[in-house]
Amino acid sequence: MGAEGTVPVRNPPLRRGRGHRVSGPRPLYWLGGVAALVVGLPLALILGAWLQPETEVWRHLAETVLDDLIVNTLVLVAGVGVGVVVLGVGLAWLTAVCEFPGRRFFDWALMLPLAVPTYVLAFVALGLLDFDGPVQAWLRRLVGSDAPQLFEIRTPAGVIGVMVLVLYPYVYLLARSAFITQGAGSLEAARLLGLGPWGTFFRVALPMARPAIVAGTSLALMEALADFGAVAVFNYDTFTTAIYKAWFGLFNLHAASQLASLLLVFVAVVLALERWTRGRARYAEAGRSRRLHRHRLSGAHRWLAASAAALVFLAAFGAPLVQLLVWAWAAWAEGMDARYPALVGHTLALGAMAALCTAAVALGLAYLQRGAGFWGRVLVRVATLGYALPGSVLAVGVMLAFTRLDAWVEPLWRWAAVDPAPLLAGSLGALVVAYLIRFMAVAHGALDSGLARIRPNLAEAARSLGARRLEVLRRVHLPLLQPALFSALLLVLVEVMKEMPATLLLRPFGWDTLAVRIYELTSEGEWQRAALPSVTLVLVGLIPVVLLVRRSAARERAP
Amino acid sequence: MSGHRWLLELDAVRCRHGAQVVVDGLNLHLETGALAALLGPSGCGKTTVLRAIAGFQPVEGGEIRIDGRLISAPGWTLPPEQRHVGMVFQDYALFPHLRVWENVAFGLRGPTRRRRAEADRLLELVGLEAEAQRYPHELSGGQQQRVAVARALAPRPRLLLLDEPFSNLDVDLRRRLATEVRALLREQGTTALFVTHDQEEAFLMGTHVGVMRHGRLLQWDTPFNLYHEPVDRFVAEFVGEGCFIRARMLDAQTVDTPLGRVTGNRAYPWPPGTEVDMLLRPDDVLLDSTAPVQGRIVDLAFRGADTLYRLELDGGVEVQSLMPSRHEFSVGSRVGLRLEAEHLVLFPVDQGPLIGNMRRAAQSEQQAAF
Repeated sequence: MGAEGTVPVRNPPLRRGRGHRVSGPRPLYWLGGVAALVVGLPLALILGAWLQPETEVWRHLAETVLDDLIVNTLVLVAGVGVGVVVLGVGLAWLTAVCEFPGRRFFDWALMLPLAVPTYVLAFVALGLLDFDGPVQAWLRRLVGSDAPQLFEIRTPAGVIGVMVLVLYPYVYLLARSAFITQGAGSLEAARLLGLGPWGTFFRVALPMARPAIVAGTSLALMEALADFGAVAVFNYDTFTTAIYKAWFGLFNLHAASQLASLLLVFVAVVLALERWTRGRARYAEAGRSRRLHRHRLSGAHRWLAASAAALVFLAAFGAPLVQLLVWAWAAWAEGMDARYPALVGHTLALGAMAALCTAAVALGLAYLQRGAGFWGRVLVRVATLGYALPGSVLAVGVMLAFTRLDAWVEPLWRWAAVDPAPLLAGSLGALVVAYLIRFMAVAHGALDSGLARIRPNLAEAARSLGARRLEVLRRVHLPLLQPALFSALLLVLVEVMKEMPATLLLRPFGWDTLAVRIYELTSEGEWQRAALPSVTLVLVGLIPVVLLVRRSAARERAP
Repeated sequence: MSGHRWLLELDAVRCRHGAQVVVDGLNLHLETGALAALLGPSGCGKTTVLRAIAGFQPVEGGEIRIDGRLISAPGWTLPPEQRHVGMVFQDYALFPHLRVWENVAFGLRGPTRRRRAEADRLLELVGLEAEAQRYPHELSGGQQQRVAVARALAPRPRLLLLDEPFSNLDVDLRRRLATEVRALLREQGTTALFVTHDQEEAFLMGTHVGVMRHGRLLQWDTPFNLYHEPVDRFVAEFVGEGCFIRARMLDAQTVDTPLGRVTGNRAYPWPPGTEVDMLLRPDDVLLDSTAPVQGRIVDLAFRGADTLYRLELDGGVEVQSLMPSRHEFSVGSRVGLRLEAEHLVLFPVDQGPLIGNMRRAAQSEQQAAF
């Protein structure tokens, strides 16, 4: 005992190299850093456009289109915002709290419009409701008038209507699950305290569901801001169409990037509004309360509710799908030419490439988020930021980045005696990187929740049995993550297949996808020929929606 | 003091979670072949000790050695997979995607046929050879437990750690399995360290048991000594049943109590006349109709083979007595009491509100209310 302090440490030369700190592994930090850089660089370059403003271009834009763009965008945001809240919350309340004929069907069927890309519904609506369309023709025959135009569909109200029908499910989904998880307790308490059914709705249920409603609305508004296809079909000028014209019409990447930065301001405002409105409120399900007793609607009310739900479902999903099938049938021979399989092949190949890259990086990020400290989590946050970037903005940013990169490596190409044409900027790589940025959050979400379901002590058990880190990944985590990996791959694949603006701007020559083809055909008014690729996309888009429906059903069944 | 006498050495180990120190200045030495247990209430840091030995928890101070080789020191942690330390987790942590035999063979190297044969040998050892092809979720809790033990033993670890290994099982099964596992570990000559909050389990499995509280090891001793000669008031309260009564020192080995004079086999340094608290185990107090001291039975708990009585002496002091249930006394009856304690366990008079005191206070309050 007395020897304490005099005897030197017994194993002094610690081989520090072989030991390790228990916290985050270094390679993942590198991965996170690179991923954050890949997302951050295009953003920075777009915002950097302000550092060297080309006043010439800018003045031209300001004089010609800028006012219209801003007004149009504001009108669109306001209209879509009000529309999705009314439709989404109203339908969610009906299916979650009330009982009426067909409720079980509408419960999930009202989510199906998520599968329809906005640009598809847009051209179907035009085809159906335009002057030449069957609806106006039928009405004319009915009225017997020769009135040249009964109503005009190519109006701001028309665009807004189309977007509301496609985007309300975001609000519907979140509000519905909020209403269901609120449970019976607080609603019954409100009734006992003397509020009527309407009072209960407005003073208890709605405020409690507010965070969910705000979140859903902001998702819908981001989609509306990012939309390119629908506004293009309706000739409704917004920033996304202006970016496209600046790029392809004027070949002015700089103007495009300044427009993109303005669009980013709108996106930032929506995100900030969401944060601000939500405030500190996080109305978590305060302990699962009893299951809701659905309110049985009486008499005429039941049928009113049923027909409201049916009307929305038919307008957003039923009628468009039928019309698409009719058109596709009529144009079958024409559409199914030799180009079609190649088109599908390209689309799938692109989707698969993007899905594999995205899922691989997302898996790394999901691990980083667990093992690492504060800075690791910051890197992950930045790397998954891309979901907020509209496709057109992203395309501009990626193009700027790759052009820089080209200039940077040009001497290398010269030295290697390769044609120093912009090799990278026009490559498939640029497009895949754009997808990677845009859909990282989708893959990350799936993998993160998958990883969260694996108990951490499985990894510890494996390591105490002598398995190294990578071995744990290969022998324990990957087999257990299979379902999550599958859904991450699937979700990214479907999103890539539906993606239009970034693909349109960045695709290398010969890499047309289904979405690009739809754009080309619809911009020429060829509704019928656009039907076949559209049906394909809607059917593909149904897969993740079905998964979503099944998952939410399983969650509600769980105690 | 040579480094190689002990299989496992923990010297002044200190660990923290965030700002909170959860293990502080812990010393612990295990010989090869020892079966030992760490006992303590939840949150006392016992699981952290286990995780530090396994290599999942870095130490902030002190050193951990196995076979004399340093494996943990501040800023340095040998990875768990290089320590040859097996671990049985509280929820077993079986790999849900692997069959039973694949779980057991997980830590084995070499060709599949050899791994399979070795896994079968271990499964036979725990009596599960018939379940080799099944998946963990198809097994009962007890079977999963055995698979976890077999899996941890398969790579022949130098030391086996068990974290509350039986706490998820019902009482009957727990007892049976604990006995089985102890026999198995003895047979294999495995050195093992358990962590548990259940004293019965600790006493059943461990030849040596350490009682922990607030990250410190209070006493490291045999179960017999922990029960009969606790060195700390908390140990006395946490291990076994019993209560404290006020006594006065007569000389170094003798005290005067409400139950009469008692002489023990241990000398205490306090001068005659000092007030002390004396630990009374229920089996130290016998009901004896010939005894001069009388008490009234306040309450009783029939437990099968024996009955635990709560008695009140004439002075208001309360004691407990454990008697074979052949004798039957009823609540309210007066009986004679005799002390029969060889181990005199005394503590300086208590200042803080300890569990026993609070219990007593609560009881007297209750009585006052009647």
